[in-house]
Amino acid sequence: MQQKTKKIKSVVVENGFEKEVEIEVPVGPPASWGDPKALRLLGKRNTRPDGPDKVTGRARYASDVILPGMCYGRFVMSPYPAAKIKSIDLGPAERINGVKAAVLLLQPGADVLYHGQPVAAIAAITPEIAEDAIRAVRVEYETRPHVVDLVKATNPNAPKVRSDVPSNVQYPGGSTKGDVDGALKSAAAMIHETYEAQTRLHCCLETHGHTVKWDGDKLTVWASTQFVTGVRDEFARDTGGPQNVTVITEHMGGGFGSKFGRGTEGIAVAQLAKKANAPVKFLLSRAEEQLANYRGPGVRAEIKLGASADGTLTVGDVKVWNNGGASNANSPLDQGFYIIEPQARRVQRWGVLTNTGGTAALRAPGHPQAAVIWDMALDALAAKLNMDPLEFRKKNHNDPVRVAEWDLGAKVIGWNRRQRTPGSAAGTRKRGVGMGSATWGGGGSKSADCTIEIKPDGKVRAYSAVQDLGVGVRLYVQSIPAEELGLQLADVEPIIGHSTFGPGKGSGGSTTTASVAPAIKMSAVQAREQLAIVAAKKLGAKPEEIEVVPRGRFQVKGSPARGLAWKELCALLPPSGIKAKGDWNEASDLQASGVRGCTFVEVEVDTETGKVTVIKALGVQDCGFVLNRLQAENQVTGGIIQGIGTAILEDRRMDNVTGRMLNPNFEDYKLCGSFESGGVNITLDPPYRTLGPEERGIATIIFDNPTGKVSGIGEPAIIGVQSAVANAIFNAIGVHVKEQPATPDRVLAALASLKGGRA
Amino acid sequence: MDQEQNGRSFVVTRRSFIKGAGAGVAGAAVVGGSAAIDSNTEAEAQGGGQRIGPGPVRMTLNINGVNRTVEVEPRTTLINVLRGVGHRPLSPDQALTGSKVGCDRGSCGACTVMVDGKAVYGCMMLAADARGRKILTVEGLSQTGKLTAIQQQMVEKDGYQCGFCTPGFVMSLTALMRRKANPTLDEVKMAVSGNTCRCGTYPRIFEAALAAAKMNAAPARKGA
Repeated sequence: MQQKTKKIKSVVVENGFEKEVEIEVPVGPPASWGDPKALRLLGKRNTRPDGPDKVTGRARYASDVILPGMCYGRFVMSPYPAAKIKSIDLGPAERINGVKAAVLLLQPGADVLYHGQPVAAIAAITPEIAEDAIRAVRVEYETRPHVVDLVKATNPNAPKVRSDVPSNVQYPGGSTKGDVDGALKSAAAMIHETYEAQTRLHCCLETHGHTVKWDGDKLTVWASTQFVTGVRDEFARDTGGPQNVTVITEHMGGGFGSKFGRGTEGIAVAQLAKKANAPVKFLLSRAEEQLANYRGPGVRAEIKLGASADGTLTVGDVKVWNNGGASNANSPLDQGFYIIEPQARRVQRWGVLTNTGGTAALRAPGHPQAAVIWDMALDALAAKLNMDPLEFRKKNHNDPVRVAEWDLGAKVIGWNRRQRTPGSAAGTRKRGVGMGSATWGGGGSKSADCTIEIKPDGKVRAYSAVQDLGVGVRLYVQSIPAEELGLQLADVEPIIGHSTFGPGKGSGGSTTTASVAPAIKMSAVQAREQLAIVAAKKLGAKPEEIEVVPRGRFQVKGSPARGLAWKELCALLPPSGIKAKGDWNEASDLQASGVRGCTFVEVEVDTETGKVTVIKALGVQDCGFVLNRLQAENQVTGGIIQGIGTAILEDRRMDNVTGRMLNPNFEDYKLCGSFESGGVNITLDPPYRTLGPEERGIATIIFDNPTGKVSGIGEPAIIGVQSAVANAIFNAIGVHVKEQPATPDRVLAALASLKGGRA
Repeated sequence: MDQEQNGRSFVVTRRSFIKGAGAGVAGAAVVGGSAAIDSNTEAEAQGGGQRIGPGPVRMTLNINGVNRTVEVEPRTTLINVLRGVGHRPLSPDQALTGSKVGCDRGSCGACTVMVDGKAVYGCMMLAADARGRKILTVEGLSQTGKLTAIQQQMVEKDGYQCGFCTPGFVMSLTALMRRKANPTLDEVKMAVSGNTCRCGTYPRIFEAALAAAKMNAAPARKGA
C-alpha cells in the first residue's frame, strides 16, 4: 500500500549555506492531544514558568518601561456629562516648565456625551507636572441637560443624549415563539417582576495605556493590551504601515475585555511622543481609567414567567433595556431567556442611550447580567411552585453535561442544607444556598502562529505573538512542545507578546487557548517529524519507525538500543537549527466550542445589618481537554471571586443631578478584598466529597468532559456566580434583591418589603 | 481599625493632604527631619517640620541597602521615585519597577513596600519622608536569586494571574511574617486587607501564605 505523504518546510545546509526546503514526510495519524492518562505534562498541576518573575518584580509591564528622557501623559477630561465645547486654550498648560507637548482630542464645536470624556492630552517630564498642566488648560463648555439613569432616559421628556436620534430608546428588536398570551392565561403559577443588573467597571489593576518611542518613522509600543497585533495595526495608521510598528506585551495587568484597541489614550500617546520628540509613557491614572470609556453595561428586565403545576416552564414574556451609554449594548437576554427556555416566549428589547460613556466587553459580555436576572426569576417561580430550584431546572433542561455538572455541584456544596422554604431559617443570621449556570463558546480559530526553533546545542524556543492576560499562556506554549518532544518543561523557553512573531490573536471570547494551543501542538508535531527524519537518516531507519521517549530520546521502534539522545540528535542539525510552524488545517480538530459550567454558593445574611457573607462557593466548569489543571482551576477561582464582587459590591454609581460618576476610584467602587472572598482555596479531586457545614473557602472542579478538544473557560467561570449569590440570599431571607448588587442597604430594603414596608 | 494591626504606617493622611494641596503649584512640603526616624508625626505636632522646596530637591534614600541620590519635587511620592520618576530620577537600570501603581491613592496596595520593617503604601508616602529610613522593595527580597518562602509558595499555589498585584501582596505578607512567622488565616487576611487582586486569586494567596507559614514553622527552614 502506498503510504500517504505531506510536504513540510525545513532547513538544510547546501554548499555551506542554509536553505529552506520542502521535505516530504509520511502523514501520521490525525492530530490528537492523546490519552490524558498517558501524558507526562499536559493536564497536570504544573506551575507557570513566569511565576518567579511575577513574585520578584522582574516581570515587565508596559507601565514599567523606562526610557531616557521619557515624558508622562495625562488627559484633560470633561467635567460635564453633556456639553458643546466652545473653545480650548492649551497655552497656559504649554507654558508650564516641564510640559513638552499638548494635543487636542476634541475640536471646538464637538459634543461631549459623558463625564470624563477626553478632550485634550498633555505630556510632561513628570506625572506631577502633567497633572498641573491639565488643570491649567482652559476649556469653555456650553452645558446641556443630561440623563444618566436608565429608567429616566426612557421617559419621552428626558433630555436627548444624541442630537441625531429622536429618542433615547433605540435599537428595538424582539421575537415571539408560540402562543404567549394563551400560555400566560393558563399558567398554574406565575411571577411578574422587574430586575436590574448593574453597570460595572473593569478595574484592571494595570490601567490602560502604552509607553511609546519614535525612531524616525518607526514606532515601538509597549502596550498593556489583549491584542498585540491588533494594537500594532491601529498604530500603523500613524506610521504608514504595520511594518513600521513593533508592539511588545511581555506582561499585562488585566484586561477583562476592555483592552482590545489602543483607545483614545493610544491615539494621544503617539501624537504626544511625536510632538515632544521624546518617548512618552501614558498609562491612565485610576480616575482616568474609571471615567474615560469602559463599562460593562447594566441590564433592566421586566419578566412574566409562568409554569404548569408539574413545574413545566410554559411561558416567558420579557422586556429588556440595555444601558448602552451613547450607543447600543446587548445581552443574551435579548433572546428572551438564558439557558432555560420557556415553551412559549416573547421578548422585546431596546438599547437605551444615557450620558454615561461607552461600553466594552466585560468578561462574558452581557452573560452575568442575563444570568442573574433569569436565575432570580426562575427561583422566584420555583418558590411559587413550592419546588426545589434544581429540580425545577432539571424539569426544563436536559443537556446531559450540564445536568451532570448540576448534580455534582449540588452534592459537593451540600444542596440539601438549603432552606426548604426560602427565608425559613431561625435567628438573625440566616444561611442560604443558591445556584447559577453558564453557557459559552470558547472555541478557537485560525489566527495565531507559533514557531518552534531547535538549535544544535539542544535549546528549544517556542515563539508566539500572543499575549498572556494572566491565564498562564507561557506554560502551555512551553509544555505542549515539551510533551511532544519528550522533554522537561524547563527544556523549552516560551517567548510571547511580540508583534514580530507572526500573526497574533486577540484574547476575547475565551478563544485564545483554543486558537493558540492547537497551533503550538501542530508546530511541535512538525518539529518532531523533522527531527525524526534526521534521526532516521543517522540510525539507518525510516522516519515513521522513529519514536520519541522521555528525555527527548529518538529511537527505532522495537529496538530501543538504536537511538539518539536529545543532545546527540540536535548536534546533527544545521548551524542555525530547525524551525517548525504547524498548519491550522490539521490543528482545527484539536479545539471545540461549547462549554457549560455552574456555580453553587452558601451565604450568611445578617438580617440586622444587611451584610452578606459568602461562606463557601463552588465552581464546576468543563473545558474539554485540560492543558493544565492548576491554571484552569485558577481561572474558575478568579471567576468566582469577581462574581462575588459583582453580586455584593461592584456598582458604577451616577449622580442624577450633576450627571457625574460618583465612584471613579477604588474607595467607592468596591472590589472583592481579602475579607469578602470567602476563605482559602479548596482543591478537590475525585471522588468528590461534600463540603462540611462549617467549612469555608472557594472550591473548584474542572469537570471531566472528555471531548479530547481544547476550549477556553476564562469567561464562563464568572457567569453563574452573581446568580448563585442572589439566589442564596433569596434562599436565606425569602426575598430577592431585585436591583443588584446586594449591598447592605438593598438587603435591608428587601427585608423591609417582606414585612409589608416600602422596598 | 488599628493601624498597627494592618501593618501600615501612619503617613496616609498627611500625604494625601500635601499631595492634594499642591494642586497647580509645585508645592513645598513640610516633612520630617531626615534623621528623625519614626518621629515625624511628633515633630510635626510640635511644629518642628523641616521645609523643603519648592522645586526639585536632592535627597538620598536607602533602598534595599544601597544609598541612592535623586532630585525630585518634594511632592513626589516614594513609589514614583522608586519607579524612576523625577527631575534627576533613578537611572533606568537603578529604578525598581517591581512595585506597581494601581490607584495612586492608597486603595489597592500594588505599591506596597517596607519602610523600617513595616508595610507601607508607596503611593501614600512622600519620598522625602523616607529619607533616613530603610526602604525594602520586592527586588530586595531575593537578591541572591533564592525565592523566599512566600514567593516560592505563591509560585506553587498559582497565587496570581496577571501578576500586577503580586509584588504588593508579597511585601504585605513578608512584613506580616517578619512580625509573626506562623500567622493564622485571619491574620493573613488582615495583613493583605489593603491589597487588591482584581483577577480574584485571594483563596490561592491565602493558601500560599499558610503554606509559607508552615515552612517557617518547620525548624530546619529559615523565615520568609
